Amino acid sequence: MATGFTLNGKAVSFDGPPDTPLLWVIRDAQGLTGTKYGCGVAQCGACTVHLDGRNRRSCVTPVSTVAGKSVTTIEGVRGAEAEAVKRAWIALDVPQCGYCQSGQVMSAIGLLTAKADPSDEDIDHAMAGNICRCATYVRIRQAIKDAAKAVAA
Amino acid sequence: MSPRVIGLSALAGATLALPLALVAAPQENGLRNPADFASIADRNQRSAAIFTEMGKVLTHPRCVNCHPRTDRPLQDDRGEPHMPAVVRGNAAGTGAPGLECATCHGPANVAFESGVGSVPGHPLWHLAPIEMAWEGKSLRQICEQLKDRRRNGNKTLAELHEHNAHDSLVGWGWNPGEGRTPAPGTQAEFGALTKAWIDTGAHCPA
Ligand code: FES
Ligand code: FES
Repeated sequence: MATGFTLNGKAVSFDGPPDTPLLWVIRDAQGLTGTKYGCGVAQCGACTVHLDGRNRRSCVTPVSTVAGKSVTTIEGVRGAEAEAVKRAWIALDVPQCGYCQSGQVMSAIGLLTAKADPSDEDIDHAMAGNICRCATYVRIRQAIKDAAKAVAA
Repeated sequence: MSPRVIGLSALAGATLALPLALVAAPQENGLRNPADFASIADRNQRSAAIFTEMGKVLTHPRCVNCHPRTDRPLQDDRGEPHMPAVVRGNAAGTGAPGLECATCHGPANVAFESGVGSVPGHPLWHLAPIEMAWEGKSLRQICEQLKDRRRNGNKTLAELHEHNAHDSLVGWGWNPGEGRTPAPGTQAEFGALTKAWIDTGAHCPA
């Protein structure tokens, strides 16, 4: 049975096996390759998308569980928090190799959407599941703070 | 029948009997049932012994891992700190803004695509409140805590029985997904032990 859901505001349908990971559907069936595969076991955060506006690791999300829900990827994320995060990321040149960064950006937007003025501790807690092999953590933290200020301004 | 044929048929019989014997033997992962304690004449001692049997479940990693004494859950069969380093986050124990339990844990267990292991799941996945922590506690301490309405979610003993016997998140402990040892016995057996413990006065082990 096909699984229908909303992807970046558009109705889409997937008629493969219902236990197919959402990440596969996004990248292979829908051709949106901004969302990355890092570990496949919920340990790195590279595959982070928003499910009904909240952070979700798409590698451990069977597509059947998103039926009728709204999925947002790095390609489609919009809104004040998203714009502020993207601007802060560019201003600080956060990425190194870039592989982890769409996951980092999605997690950061998810954090600011849930908590507008996060403390250092809030940032540590929210970003603990997003690994960066290039260790861009210091810039990520600063960019999140800058983005929070920009949204509040 | 020649001795050789008898020997062979005996061997075949033994081979067939082996799996049956394995099933019938006391299971390493099993629980004794309330009737097994009937021989303990003293009611208080019987009650405490039944609770000690319940302790096999209560102190199992499937239960302790989400009843931690800190704000960080434990995981796997050795009770390692949860990776990533998630926190309780709020009074409901559903994680921090931006990294909630539900960021990874869905409504059901999900096998990893690698074929090795799984991420556990349940619709109500969350940490037990800190006052219900029993990581590192003795069985007696856990027992006293379970009876204390300030530390058991304000449950009567009847409600505690209901929780142990039927709560579906508790029940996850017997269906934990690939890569995790299930809690001993079955939830029904655990519920029956809880009832027998209560019916014998809910005494705690020394
Ligand atoms: S690919 Fe999903 S968390 Fe690593
Ligand atoms: S920028 Fe290279 S892994 Fe994060």
